[in-house]
Amino acid sequence: MSYLTINQLQKHYDNYHALRGINLSIEEGEFIVFVGPSGCGKSTLLRTIAGLETSSSGEINLDGQEISELAPAKRDLAMVFQSYALYPHMTVKENLSFALRLAKAPQTEIDEKVRIASTSLQLDTLLERKPKELSGGQRQRVAIGRAIVRQPKVFLFDEPLSNLDAALRVQMRLELARLHKQLGTTMIYVTHDQVEAMTLADRVVILNAGQIEQVGTPLELYRQPKSRFVAEFIGTPKMNLIPIDQIDNQGDRLALSVGGGKTSFPVSRLQEDINTNSTLGIRPEHLALVDSDGDLSGHVELIEHLGSEAYAHVRLSNQQRIIVKAAARSRIKDEQQVHINIDTDEIILLNDSDRVISMIAEETVYD
Amino acid sequence: MKRTITRLLMAPSVIVLLLWMIIPLSMTIYFSTIHYNLLYPGPTRFVGWLNYDFFITDPAFLTAIGNTTLLVGSVLIITVVLGVALSALIDKPFFGRGIVRVLLISPFFVMPTVNALVWKNMMMNPVYGIFAWIWQSLGLTPIDWLSTYPLFSIIVMVSWQWLPFAILVFVTALQSQDHEQKEAAQMDGATSWHIFRYLTIPHLSRPITVVVMIEAIFLLSVFAQIYVSTNGGPGYSSTNLAYMIYNQALLQFNVGTASAGGLIAVVLANIVAFFLIRAVGKNLTV
Repeated sequence: MSYLTINQLQKHYDNYHALRGINLSIEEGEFIVFVGPSGCGKSTLLRTIAGLETSSSGEINLDGQEISELAPAKRDLAMVFQSYALYPHMTVKENLSFALRLAKAPQTEIDEKVRIASTSLQLDTLLERKPKELSGGQRQRVAIGRAIVRQPKVFLFDEPLSNLDAALRVQMRLELARLHKQLGTTMIYVTHDQVEAMTLADRVVILNAGQIEQVGTPLELYRQPKSRFVAEFIGTPKMNLIPIDQIDNQGDRLALSVGGGKTSFPVSRLQEDINTNSTLGIRPEHLALVDSDGDLSGHVELIEHLGSEAYAHVRLSNQQRIIVKAAARSRIKDEQQVHINIDTDEIILLNDSDRVISMIAEETVYD
Repeated sequence: MKRTITRLLMAPSVIVLLLWMIIPLSMTIYFSTIHYNLLYPGPTRFVGWLNYDFFITDPAFLTAIGNTTLLVGSVLIITVVLGVALSALIDKPFFGRGIVRVLLISPFFVMPTVNALVWKNMMMNPVYGIFAWIWQSLGLTPIDWLSTYPLFSIIVMVSWQWLPFAILVFVTALQSQDHEQKEAAQMDGATSWHIFRYLTIPHLSRPITVVVMIEAIFLLSVFAQIYVSTNGGPGYSSTNLAYMIYNQALLQFNVGTASAGGLIAVVLANIVAFFLIRAVGKNLTV
């Protein structure tokens, strides 16, 4: 039995089915990130765990206790909101101690807990200030402090960094990772930013249209997506998806005609037959620009220089557009004719129902 | 050059507004220093402070001041307390909320005279009023509200009229309250009462200030309800400052004393405004 178990959770609104049978097990101390496009139900799922939304059916078990019928305060969870939701008329100290004061904790205990939380979040000097006198990052820390003070079993974060500017977001992301290491408490984190998901999570839960699409470590999701949705959702720039035009079985190798070119790999890797309705997926970094004799060819429509790398937007000879990662200082120019090699170890094949066809990898090293 | 043109263009309206204020004020000041009674036509003469002396030493004066204070204070307390309570009550969605809101707001659209007539004849009449009927059906003797509790009756009428204003302001303010704050408080273990006490009331402090200031200005000059229902009586028991001035000017035709009374009222209103702004005005600064 795991720490937090969600079983067949359903959530209906008046005319909208927001959560469609969520099953999820979370171990104690894990950092879980819910990620997905807008409206996929990730916030609803978090709020249902928190008790701010009531579930239509299903169970939520926390530490051996069924909590789905309990009031939010009785669930032993603490939540950090997107807008921080600090109490504007209270000082930082009063904000931090509000829950404890409501619970009528002894004053010495309140002082001690507030002191520990404020020290670990560098809020000591701000205790007498009101929220409106704080910067965005400081407010964020107070919101986190308010959760820490309660010493909950699980922390819930609802897109906590989306209101911060880019530089501060990176810094707070590191602080959150450090906090998780230091406290070791289970954390559930909702975001639509896949960088946050990839960097923070022990495991990522990808949601789509009220259902869990895939659960796995960030690298698993990146290397072995189970569906077209996950393959496209994870990774920036997106994975290239190229329709397969023709399949040629050459005995032990399978030759595919894609995008006006050809590639081949050993048949033995395939665990399922493929047909011409299948799609080939390959990430931009697994394509290489070569001088001649590439698997594919096309001309560069646009090149984006990011400093550390560059992305070439290439129109293939059959007019399909793909993105290829290039070296930072490659001298490729717009409209230039290029040849592209495919790293066949990294290709992903999608069948006609958009599920990924399992392939036996030639080298299996990811920890 | 541009400034001059701007000023020139603005001048007509500024001058009209200035005259609008200056002429009545200086006329009032002038009338307050002369012996001017409509019953005694003929030359008026300068009397100095006599009109003021006459107004202040009038036996009704202190009663009127007391009544005005009581009226303004009571109505403010009633409208703010009930206003906050009712607006908090109708903040959550329920069936028929739209209709309830319209009903709660509608007394504000009733003219003060009509308001007083309705209360006088339909609610408080000792023979066929609703209250008399309730009292009778409980086996009690009906009360003649307007003559037994005249000031209280006026307070009820005026509160009924101004409660919608308070509700209107508070309902709007409640809608701007951050929803996530309430949810955060809920997660922190706060009950509805805690949320109301520690989040809603502080959130409403500024609207409450606005309501108190605006209502105070209008309540100092309540007149129609008194005129229609009690005529300031019995005796002077429901006479406020505004009604007393009316009494001097248009019942006793003593324009001089009435003008003096008007100026005293202006001074008193300014004193009230001064303390009011000092007491609650700091709520308005960010």
